[in-house]
Amino acid sequence: MDQQSLRELEYRCIQEQPPWCSAACPLHVDVRAFTAQAAAGKWDAARKILERTMPFPGILGRICDHPCENVCKRLEVDEAVAVGALERCCIENSTPQSRPLVLPGKKGEAAVFGAGLAGLTVALDLARKGFRVSLRYPGETFGAGLTGLAVPKEEFDQAAALLKRIKVDLREAEIPDQAALDRLLENGLAVFLDLDEPAARVLAEGETPDAATLVLRRSGLFAGGGPDPEGGYSPIRQAADGRRASGGMDRFLQKVSLTAQRETEGPQETRLYTNIEGVAPAPRIIPADPGAGLSGEEGRAEAGRCLRCECMECVKACVYLENYKGYPKLYARQIYNNESIVKGHHKSNKMIDSCALCGQCEVVCPNDFSMANLCLSVRESMVRRGKMPPSAHDFALEDLRFNMGPHFALAQNAPGAEQCAYAFFPGCQLAGSAPNHVERVYDWLREAMDDSVGLILGCCGAPALWAGERELFGRTLDALREMIRPLGAPTLVTACSTCYDTLRRHAPDVNTTSLWEIMDRTGATPSPAPGRVPAALAVHDPCTTREHPKLRAAARSLAGKCGVEVQELPYNNELTSCCGYGGLMSCANPGLAREVAERRAQQHSGDYLAYCAMCRDVFASTGKRVWHLLDLLFPEAAGENPAARSSTGFSERRENRSRLRRNMLKALWGEEAGLMEPHEAVNIAMDADVASRMEDRRILKEDLQRVILHAQETGLRLQDPTSGRYLAYHRPVRVTYWVEYAPEEDGYRVFNAYSHRMALEGDRQ
Amino acid sequence: MSDLSFLPETNWRCGKCGEKLTPRITNVEYLGNTFTMELLACEKCGLVLIPEDLARGRMFEVEQLLEDK
Ligand code: SF4
Ligand code: SF4
Ligand SMILES: [Zn+2]
Repeated sequence: MDQQSLRELEYRCIQEQPPWCSAACPLHVDVRAFTAQAAAGKWDAARKILERTMPFPGILGRICDHPCENVCKRLEVDEAVAVGALERCCIENSTPQSRPLVLPGKKGEAAVFGAGLAGLTVALDLARKGFRVSLRYPGETFGAGLTGLAVPKEEFDQAAALLKRIKVDLREAEIPDQAALDRLLENGLAVFLDLDEPAARVLAEGETPDAATLVLRRSGLFAGGGPDPEGGYSPIRQAADGRRASGGMDRFLQKVSLTAQRETEGPQETRLYTNIEGVAPAPRIIPADPGAGLSGEEGRAEAGRCLRCECMECVKACVYLENYKGYPKLYARQIYNNESIVKGHHKSNKMIDSCALCGQCEVVCPNDFSMANLCLSVRESMVRRGKMPPSAHDFALEDLRFNMGPHFALAQNAPGAEQCAYAFFPGCQLAGSAPNHVERVYDWLREAMDDSVGLILGCCGAPALWAGERELFGRTLDALREMIRPLGAPTLVTACSTCYDTLRRHAPDVNTTSLWEIMDRTGATPSPAPGRVPAALAVHDPCTTREHPKLRAAARSLAGKCGVEVQELPYNNELTSCCGYGGLMSCANPGLAREVAERRAQQHSGDYLAYCAMCRDVFASTGKRVWHLLDLLFPEAAGENPAARSSTGFSERRENRSRLRRNMLKALWGEEAGLMEPHEAVNIAMDADVASRMEDRRILKEDLQRVILHAQETGLRLQDPTSGRYLAYHRPVRVTYWVEYAPEEDGYRVFNAYSHRMALEGDRQ
Repeated sequence: MSDLSFLPETNWRCGKCGEKLTPRITNVEYLGNTFTMELLACEKCGLVLIPEDLARGRMFEVEQLLEDK
């Protein structure tokens, strides 16, 4: 990822855009943070937020004409949040919080004429920036233009005291004439004319300052404030004029450009998106005593109406995004930094490897930000640069090798046929989880279809794709093509939406259809035994069906034909959530994957309907009752209590696959699978708790068998003379496995096993 | 001196030679990084012991650190 693509990504995620109120506020008051404190009744803290951006909150906070309310997002629901009234309520219920910070002295001097809100703001801002400032106003005109508004006299006294405290030379004096003004300017002073002061207005000679810089006529002379052209009166505009002029005067005194990089000053457009679906209408709080404004209690309630506008659409939907406590804009930067480090700790590897790559974020994002594309491309770059942690995906990649190896891979024409128009491609997960379904479906396909249907057992390569292993992925697809070719380029009938999606996207030359569409189209649905089928199920769409509406429709239609009322989950169809297996999340981050599965399982109290074997097993592993679509369609092959069937362990999946291959070869083609590896003859047994520990540690039965075989053959093993148990280790490839075992009657009992990746000197690699 | 030392009390003996296990400096390697560990090993044939808490504790931590380096 380069700087340029980072910036494009950051621009895409609009979570950090200001809410409508703050964008419209000429001073960019952080209204969202203000109302958060106000809603909690923390008026002092709320005032502190006003003080951060607002000059003289004691004055302006009482009389602001709140342009923010014209654009409040709540207007789309009912009425704007009463920000103006809340500020007033805050001022009345709090005391000044922070002493203004004064920066160290700077060279340069400014003179302000007129003490309206604009002039006062200029004096305040420039004195705080460290300039020498004088402010002159004719007698009795302090607060010019504000008289008659609801500001108590003490607030003006306090404002004057504040200015004096920060060393503004504040004095009642006549406004100078044009000649005196010229002299000041010739001496290099920055001068501000507050147009609310009639005598200062005379000096402006009826001219209006430049809108962007508030420069009047000549360099160094600035002007602002004053009555609106339409005769209206806007305190916020006066304060904003003061702020803009002080910015220009600062630049003038420091001799830098008056215009560069000032685009973010003043009212702005925002690109923020906030979803208001489900926001309940709640009208504005009307003060019990309208003259006194909102009471503290009323203010709390009114502040509670604020929506705290933000986007977070993707984070709300995705447990993974929520887990890292930020949002994609931040994540993109973290990932960029992670990519850029040459030496040192790569903090974000785990985050990059934990994304399910399911693409939900892109669909819910108003700007189509795809965390999936980002994480996948970075994974690929990590693999290319040799920076991918081997432990992240090794286990799944080993499984892929197994599934494309002699124990599972198989390509056969229909029994007796020379060529086939279709080939059933059940995928590795259905074969691992429910091999009997594979046999049953293959029987059905051969019966129901007019053309001959072959069989292909193997893997679509998705694990390699997800791991960022482009090269291995390509090789896997090529191997699959090699298997298909001799059958006469049949159309693959997939039972797994991941196979379907992967092949459609990455191997468009391979014709692919889905079992669900075929079953739905032929209408030859087997009739399930009455009473065995549940009345209603909540359907979970696999994330790999996101772009395949026909597939989702076919699954629903089939369930309907079985007499099941299909209910929908909150994120469904193209918005569906991943079960936690996608993108190898469960391999790289099992804890998070489990949380993902549990949250999804809790979204509906009823039994779920899955139509991906992996989704089914993942939900089953959380204790959720879940049906596979094939449990409905082929109840006789579904077992006694399909919804309660537990998830299939890793070792069992492998055994299921090789047994399926062996059985089908024998039953349908009369061939022997042959091929037993020596370790397969090692008989092992273990208690259930040991077996589940092996599952958690991703240690397979065959790993145990290999260690024991090696130890028994070489005699290399430790022994505990008291218990008689052995402890032996063996490193077949990249992982060293340790097994504690003892011989028993016709084999071995395993008590424990663990592994590490570090190699001891002399280990064969 | 070794980078890591792990010498617990143990009942394990070498199953091949019947010898007791005694401390021994062993070289280990991960992702191109080599360092030494002091482990219990058979005096005679050198068969080592890596106990479970070492494999799943310190060794695992170091592996993770090296993977993210
Ligand atoms: S609801 Fe709150 S955060 Fe959103 S625009 Fe209105 S005042 Fe601002
Ligand atoms: S949906 Fe997510 S990525 Fe998209 S703008 Fe909102 S927070 Fe950013
Ligand atoms: Zn020995």
